Amino acid sequence: MRVLHRPLLLALTALTLSTAAFAGEIRIGLTEALTGPASQYGVPIRNGFLLAQEEINAKGGIDGNRIVLLEEDERGKKEEAINVYKKLIFQDKALMIFGPTLSNSMFAAGPIANMAHVVAFGTSNTASGITDIGPYIFRSSPMEADVVPVTLKAAIQHLGLHKVGIIYGNDDAFTKSGYDVFRQALQAQHIDVVDTETYSKGDVDFKAQLTKIKAQSPDAIVCPCLSEEGANILIQARALGIKVPFIGGNGFNTPKLLENARTAAEGTIVGSPWFDGNPSPANQHFIAAYRKKYGADPNQFSAQGYDALFIVAEAIKKIHLTGQTERDRQALRDALPSVQFAGATGHFAFRPAPQHGGKAGGYDADQTPFVYIVKNGKFALLK
Amino acid sequence: MFAQQVVNAISLGSVYALFALGFTLVFGILGVINLSHGGIFMLGAYAALLLLTRFEIPFWTALPLAMLAAGLLGLLIDVLILRVLRKREAPHLMPMIATIGAAILMTSLSQGLFGSETRRFPLELFDQESFSWGPLTIPVLQAGITALSVLLMLLMIWVLRHTRLGQALRAISESPKAAALLGIPVERLFHLTSFAAAALGGAAGILIGLSFDAISPFMGQPMLHKGIAAIILGGLGDVRGAVLGGLFLGAAEVFAVTFLSSEYRDALSFGLLFLVLLWRPQGLFGASATRSA
Repeated sequence: MRVLHRPLLLALTALTLSTAAFAGEIRIGLTEALTGPASQYGVPIRNGFLLAQEEINAKGGIDGNRIVLLEEDERGKKEEAINVYKKLIFQDKALMIFGPTLSNSMFAAGPIANMAHVVAFGTSNTASGITDIGPYIFRSSPMEADVVPVTLKAAIQHLGLHKVGIIYGNDDAFTKSGYDVFRQALQAQHIDVVDTETYSKGDVDFKAQLTKIKAQSPDAIVCPCLSEEGANILIQARALGIKVPFIGGNGFNTPKLLENARTAAEGTIVGSPWFDGNPSPANQHFIAAYRKKYGADPNQFSAQGYDALFIVAEAIKKIHLTGQTERDRQALRDALPSVQFAGATGHFAFRPAPQHGGKAGGYDADQTPFVYIVKNGKFALLK
Repeated sequence: MFAQQVVNAISLGSVYALFALGFTLVFGILGVINLSHGGIFMLGAYAALLLLTRFEIPFWTALPLAMLAAGLLGLLIDVLILRVLRKREAPHLMPMIATIGAAILMTSLSQGLFGSETRRFPLELFDQESFSWGPLTIPVLQAGITALSVLLMLLMIWVLRHTRLGQALRAISESPKAAALLGIPVERLFHLTSFAAAALGGAAGILIGLSFDAISPFMGQPMLHKGIAAIILGGLGDVRGAVLGGLFLGAAEVFAVTFLSSEYRDALSFGLLFLVLLWRPQGLFGASATRSA
């Protein structure tokens, strides 16, 4: 037996080393920020993926092949994202890569995958320009530029807005890009901006800026901020006697904001690709399964991670895996754009990124966002 | 609006001043810029948070306990790092680099232990109300912080000026060797200073955590930058200078926002700092380089 086994084992090892998607395993890279400040987004994303992996494999995988997620911690840093991308592409021969968590990191690591002709699939990158990197870049997260106009339109209808004040962090790619999107959308919908104020990362006191905004008496305050600063801003605004509602970007889209700002968040309006109250069976199943596995409530980021693996699984079902890394990678890339899927985040499809100067782009998410308002300490759908 | 901004300036400045107090004390006595002060400040806040939420100890007991914890941490850093470097008569840069290391260690450790998300003290603890006075709104907690930083400053000045301990400390800051020759237990007082400074840093962390939603492993770093600016402005090692430097910096930031633009806030406030240092290189209260014996 032993004698017989050894060559077989060696042959198998050699096979799995040289071919990624063969011998019953589909090896997919998963790079998220599992430690560091961005881990508050990265960890829920990872949890969503692991849940989806468990469910797919429990049902016999894809055509009998198990999905194996090669988890890497990119710590929310560009350099680290580049390192793990190189490892997954050239060493581990992953079929494709999910992540990284932050837009900044995707800008850095995405080009490597694009050059190596490997699909890089972001589930949490919302900055404009991500898919300009090239035709191998996909994302399932709607851009802020898609979500914000919808949010704003609903807010205008609900509040009867005429003039707003803005406060945002100008030293962070995410909040800065959120600001640019808001400013354009405000202009397009003819809303006056009476005052624009900025702050820096790490600030805790925003009273000077808020006092200035208050003096202009706007109808609402637009805050494309992360939830950490957002909660502080809300609390201090209320302490200064500012009563108007806030309109937030993607960063406000977390239960953490309500937990920290409590009553100060009342009336805040925010757009999101996921709604926990969405009664669709796929969503309700996801929420129940997530709670059971992790003992905690899922958020938008875990829902997007969960859906993303199913989206890719749909594409893999359509192709025939040969075990030759390069061929399989290309086949997946070609099958992915036409995938349509109804998951926890609702109906999903890809949309080719607008081309710039004849250079082929990647694929953005084509999804209608939900708009929430904070009511009695909870996110409720704004109708 | 202007009066409100004055209130805002004082409240922001007091936060910086409170942080700078312990920071400047270490420099004044030990002659060391302790860059782990931001880490101690952060861990002080976490210690109080743990005591309050996990062990459900009342605030007025948790505060001194957390200060004690922060103080012991400062003592540990003194014994493990600064004392060793003192013994080797290491140049000034060494303790700076070593304490940067200590700060990174503390940040990573607390990330692992507490997670990287922002936490806050239970809101029910304190009245989050603000009182109005004419057109002004003043958050109660921040008025408390301002009062406390002034009080602590006066206490420290009194100790340094009017007690035997203060005399000994001033002698050490003049020359540790001469102080040792006079029979002052220099090493013990170094430990005491590190302990007291860290306890103050911890208290600052707790108070800032109370009035802002800001307890996170990364809360120390930005505060450290402002703290360094405040003590350089006030004159390195001077207690009054730390408080006034903090208030000056707070005022510069708030008025940069008020009269110009928040876009240029840091450029303006640090530009102003630069101008003050051109005029008085030793800082507002710093002893001049040529000191008559």
